[in-house]
Amino acid sequence: MISFIVNKQRVNLDVDPATPLLWVLRENLGLTGTKYGCGMAQCGACTVHLNGEAVRSCVAPVSRAAGKEVTTIEGLSRDLSHPLQRAWIAEDVPQCGYCQSGQLMSAAVLLREKPRPTDEDIDGAMTGNICRCGTYQRIRRAIHLAAQLKAQGGVK
Amino acid sequence: MSTIVNCSRRNFLKASLLAGGGLIVGVHIPGLNGSAKAAQQGISTFVPNAFLRIAKDGSVTVIGNHSEMGQGAYTSGAMTIAEELDADWTKIRVEPAPVDPAYNHPIYGVQITGGSTSTWSEWDRLRKAGAAARQMLLAAAAQTWNVDPSTCRTGNGQVIHTNSQRRLSYGELVEKAATLTPPQNVTLKDPKDFKIIGKAIKRLDTPDKTNGKAVFGLDVNVPGMLVAVVARPPVFGGQLKNFNADKAKAVPGVRYVVEIERGVAVVADGFWPAKLGREALEIVWDEGPRASLDSRTQREEYAGLAKKTGVVAKNEGEAVSALSKASKKLEAIYDLPYLAHATMEPMNCVADVRADSCEIWVGTQFQSGDRDAAARDTGLKPEQVKLHTTLLGGGFGRRSPLDSHVVREAVQISKTVKVPVKVVWTREDDMRGGYYRPRAYHTVSAGLDGNGKPVAWQQRIVCQSIFVGTPFEPAVVKNGVEETAVEGAADLPYDIPNLLVEWHQAPDGVPVFILRSVGHSHTAFVVETFVDELAHAAGKDPFEFRNALLGKHPRHKRVLEFVAEKAGWGKAMSNGRGRGLAVHESFGSYVAQVAEVSISKDRGLRVHRVVCAVDCGPVVNPDIVRAQMEGGIVFGLTAALYGEITFEKGRVRQGNFHDYPMLRMHEMPQIEVHIVPSEDKMGGAGEVGVPPVAPAVANAVFALTSKRIRRLPIRMTDAI
Repeated sequence: MISFIVNKQRVNLDVDPATPLLWVLRENLGLTGTKYGCGMAQCGACTVHLNGEAVRSCVAPVSRAAGKEVTTIEGLSRDLSHPLQRAWIAEDVPQCGYCQSGQLMSAAVLLREKPRPTDEDIDGAMTGNICRCGTYQRIRRAIHLAAQLKAQGGVK
Repeated sequence: MSTIVNCSRRNFLKASLLAGGGLIVGVHIPGLNGSAKAAQQGISTFVPNAFLRIAKDGSVTVIGNHSEMGQGAYTSGAMTIAEELDADWTKIRVEPAPVDPAYNHPIYGVQITGGSTSTWSEWDRLRKAGAAARQMLLAAAAQTWNVDPSTCRTGNGQVIHTNSQRRLSYGELVEKAATLTPPQNVTLKDPKDFKIIGKAIKRLDTPDKTNGKAVFGLDVNVPGMLVAVVARPPVFGGQLKNFNADKAKAVPGVRYVVEIERGVAVVADGFWPAKLGREALEIVWDEGPRASLDSRTQREEYAGLAKKTGVVAKNEGEAVSALSKASKKLEAIYDLPYLAHATMEPMNCVADVRADSCEIWVGTQFQSGDRDAAARDTGLKPEQVKLHTTLLGGGFGRRSPLDSHVVREAVQISKTVKVPVKVVWTREDDMRGGYYRPRAYHTVSAGLDGNGKPVAWQQRIVCQSIFVGTPFEPAVVKNGVEETAVEGAADLPYDIPNLLVEWHQAPDGVPVFILRSVGHSHTAFVVETFVDELAHAAGKDPFEFRNALLGKHPRHKRVLEFVAEKAGWGKAMSNGRGRGLAVHESFGSYVAQVAEVSISKDRGLRVHRVVCAVDCGPVVNPDIVRAQMEGGIVFGLTAALYGEITFEKGRVRQGNFHDYPMLRMHEMPQIEVHIVPSEDKMGGAGEVGVPPVAPAVANAVFALTSKRIRRLPIRMTDAI
């Protein structure tokens, strides 16, 4: 039995501890916002927060989450109120949208660490997340906008 | 397969697309029948035609028959309807269409999304659908008030009686409107009265794509569903000889191991045990005749073919003799590789096959083909197959294979194990699973006269066919030439009096299919880098040289001039950067791009800025067009810098993003998109940003290093 917290709720699961966290989130917990893209930490579509750090859940065995706190895209906010979500909507970032959960989760860690990120900071934090639709320019703009929204305290 | 009407893209474009403003036009919008009716039946809902319904709460549901794969089809289609409906945009939602002839592509005649056609091909039909509904709501209000309909108007989801200022919302009119007969003729708006079309309205699908709620095929879960991973032959065309499933079945969570047409499926409680089970399978394959396929020997084979006369795709004047008389002759050979679509969402499909029904959930571009394939595999009638289209995590052509192989795997497995099954392809399955952009080998020669004016152009293209042997062959293959192989070359826009373009159908090597911008993805590279070469040979500026040859093609000329001005063409460059230019028409739209690059041995090739001008005719949503240009540029740049699928011993050498890289954030150039105001025919947007970027970058490399790039992806050894 593995026990951890997902989006502020405790879960107890009887699963093979070697199973990647990604598949436990998606198949055992029904949290399908976290995506499978490559299975080898190359694309970032599976990015979640483990005790606040961005991890690639496709290569993290679920045993690594034991006793820890996991946040997925579903836990970023309940109502699209996170400044990044507001900025993503304002810039109409997504195209197909498949990679965007991972993009947002990577950006959320960046924004917490660097409230006013530079372009170089964005390059550094976001380079692990592939977007095949090519929305990078809008992602960059949206991160800068989210930083402004957050700084203005206009976040409800 | 249902009837396929002529699907030559150029022929579509000849059709008049723009109904004039304020014109009364006849309406022939499909009504509801079969599954469409079943899906839409409801009490107290106004269903004027197959494309929308209005509920009592005033909500308008638009039925999206073009799959949403990121290109914005749901939003632009809804905008087109909402405009003529005079709807309240905040009350619009979109749901995917069921499979029904009502939703067939107006040109292709089957239910399919592709060819950058979703907006322009539905322009007429969706406007009429909205206008017919509006007219019925207006009539319902007039009847309610017992006034003449001509004294009423509509706006923002309401009918207003002008004199008395009485108002009824569309929701309040649903019941009465539902009793009226749809009109035979409708009045379409004058475009100057558009309130929604032409505006950068936010996409309807964005909120759900920022909170994890959007449902892609891979996210579908149905009760009792198991997950399957399939072992397929390591070489295309290989066959299963025998297998031993004992070890696979011993993996906890594995429920079944079954043979299907394409290989061996391991069916388990979840993806992980299914994948472990597949790894434990012991399989002997008959690898078949392609086990010796090798990209290097294939190049020699293609080169040999290119030395022989091919099938003539275009022949104007006397290219061969004009070439021999030219005062300057240039020749080049180009080799462009197989490319994988690499959609972010790997292939997948859920199927639930029962004795008398089959239900499918899939992010597909080809609903009617998939439905028919499922009917054949199950022995059911097409109407017993219900297909749900999910969102697509990228399409680029990969999700419309004519053989419906992904769907068929799921159907065959579910039929065998008798439970709902989700087939999941791993990234490696996807990368090695075929349906690539064909490898293309071009030889091209051109001659200049004494004044540096081009007098002849001869081009030979060697590549596999995409459509020969498929139901689309009659529409795409004309006089032995497949349009997708020569498009962008046979219709060379430059004023060159002697033009000869030939095609060799390369022997079947691997499964090939359409990939974003199809033939243009290789022809534009060859044409636009070689024209650049001619310009330099003629001692002319690449912009001036092209511009002087585009007299018969005003739309090319316009975007070229537009982009040159916006990019500051001709102005001095700083920071060791060089500029390159390209212009190309595809899918009825005209795009010119200027790339700014720098190159050095230690820092490599960097693309800093791409300026893009597009003329796609009247625009429904300019921000979606901008997004498609941005995305197309990234897609084309990824191919130019990295894209290459190669074979050794019949096997694809690449497998995942470490060896088939994608452009990433830190490599992203600054992209500036300029939409050129245009009242000309509407064209596409989804693919048209792709073709010019690779030649623009290669031409910029030449500007810096005087090296011509003749193969892609660009290698540093070729560039410096």
